[in-house]
Amino acid sequence: MSATAEILVPGKAGEGEALVLTAPISFWGGVDPRTGRIADVRHPQHGEVISGRVLFLPGTIGSSSASAVLMELVHNGRAPAALVLHEPDAILLLGLIVAREMGWETPMAVRVDRGAFDAYRGEALTVAADGAITLAV
Amino acid sequence: MSLALSPQEQSIAEGQDGAGMAMRIVAESARLLGAPRLIPIASTHIDGALYHGDSGTLFAERLVEGGAKVAVRSTLNVGALDLMGCSRIRLEEPRRGMARRMMEAYRKLGCEQSWTCAPYQAGHRPALGSDVAWGESNAVVFCNSVLGARTNRYGDFLDIACAIVGRAPDYGLHRPENRLARLVFDVSDLSPSFLASEIAWPVLGSLYGREVGNAIGIVTGVTFHPGEDALKAFGAAAASSGAVGLFHIAGVTPEAPDVETILAGPEPEAVIRVAPDMVAKARAGLSTAAAAKTIDAVAIGSPHLSNAEFDSLERLIAGRRLAVPIYACTGRHALALLELDGRRKRLEASGVVIVADTCVVVTPIMPDLGNGVLMTNSGKFAHYAPGNTGYAVLYASLADCVESAVLGKPVFTEIAA
Repeated sequence: MSATAEILVPGKAGEGEALVLTAPISFWGGVDPRTGRIADVRHPQHGEVISGRVLFLPGTIGSSSASAVLMELVHNGRAPAALVLHEPDAILLLGLIVAREMGWETPMAVRVDRGAFDAYRGEALTVAADGAITLAV
Repeated sequence: MSLALSPQEQSIAEGQDGAGMAMRIVAESARLLGAPRLIPIASTHIDGALYHGDSGTLFAERLVEGGAKVAVRSTLNVGALDLMGCSRIRLEEPRRGMARRMMEAYRKLGCEQSWTCAPYQAGHRPALGSDVAWGESNAVVFCNSVLGARTNRYGDFLDIACAIVGRAPDYGLHRPENRLARLVFDVSDLSPSFLASEIAWPVLGSLYGREVGNAIGIVTGVTFHPGEDALKAFGAAAASSGAVGLFHIAGVTPEAPDVETILAGPEPEAVIRVAPDMVAKARAGLSTAAAAKTIDAVAIGSPHLSNAEFDSLERLIAGRRLAVPIYACTGRHALALLELDGRRKRLEASGVVIVADTCVVVTPIMPDLGNGVLMTNSGKFAHYAPGNTGYAVLYASLADCVESAVLGKPVFTEIAA
């Protein structure tokens, strides 16, 4: 299983276990910016930690402070290893754009069809700098 | 279509200063959104000065060090501190110091010290049809819907970047064709007495947000202008339960003199006929502590209270002493008038805690009780208080909130939809 994804925001190549969210998430109030833990008790993946994971996002909802939470995760060294979205999310990805401007090392954000998310569930993945997603060896 | 920058925009983007950084952020966002160009904007309202962690403070200070200044009128949304000293904020060092540094950096960038989520009631009212870049979901929806100025929901950091370059990506609600209504939300089956009541608007807003999501709808069946504070409450509730950025009300809001003018096609894609039982359910859904025997506090003022709302509060309290505090959140624009005639002192003597520049769901103000019960007349507080404060919520009218605060236990007056 491998695919080359479109790069939404360039960044550092990443490696980690896939975490495929099954519902959209509000980063503000939904993810703890200090620990990377999903804090929203109503979210199906409540309690999982997004730090160091290849995070598959089926969409984001809620506050426009999502960008601030993602940038704070980057600054605290608690960002995901890579972000995989099915469409660009300008509010969330602004957190990566601004962190890059600050000179901080950021994960990549890439685009993959929503239908392909499930195949990656639980796998150890590598996301290369050219957007190639492969099983880690 | 890919983004084309003008030669002037391109040369700013190549700069190593704060303006260059701001232009690159605006241009990168425009590329992600698929905007073909940037357009000039008349003003901004900035939500990015609320402290979520040190990275936001460092970003604002980098802009200051780079000599950046806002190019257009820019008001500030709430911060994490009450700079007016009305209420005590339980934010500890070093976070308190970083929050203060952040507020100071935004002042140095040339932003107005408005510190309110209701800038439209503090003299910032862009003209009908003008393009602006506003943050804070309730301010965005009011600006689009009630003022008829054009803005998208601008996220943290993009708002200040747009302010510095005086430009925004040309997409979404800046384009007239994207402002047309596709859904009808018909309230004509509801009783006139309910529609005239204060609770009608936050409850209907909450229902509207859940029904339409981020689509554009038009509300029909409203036969009178409900007043600006009611529209403020409707928009805030709708933007919390859905991703509403713009609504229309036939005969009330400026882009919808009638249904035909604002509908995108000859027929709406869907008509939502609001029945009394839907309203009752939406109202019940705003409470999470239905069986509470006592309450610990009342919170009002999300969005920030206007002077007219303070008039109602004072009339309802009628000089009585409260058993539990009413946290009344507002901006310094309203506070100035309260100070003039000694009303602030009278309200505080009754047991009202005035909160200025901030509010009880964005920074720790209310005591940490673990299982406290909060009563509110705000659809937005009802939505965010359980997650952000740990308090369970009871939703009620302002009159019931005041009676309950006097008695220390919940009192409800039934108003049938």
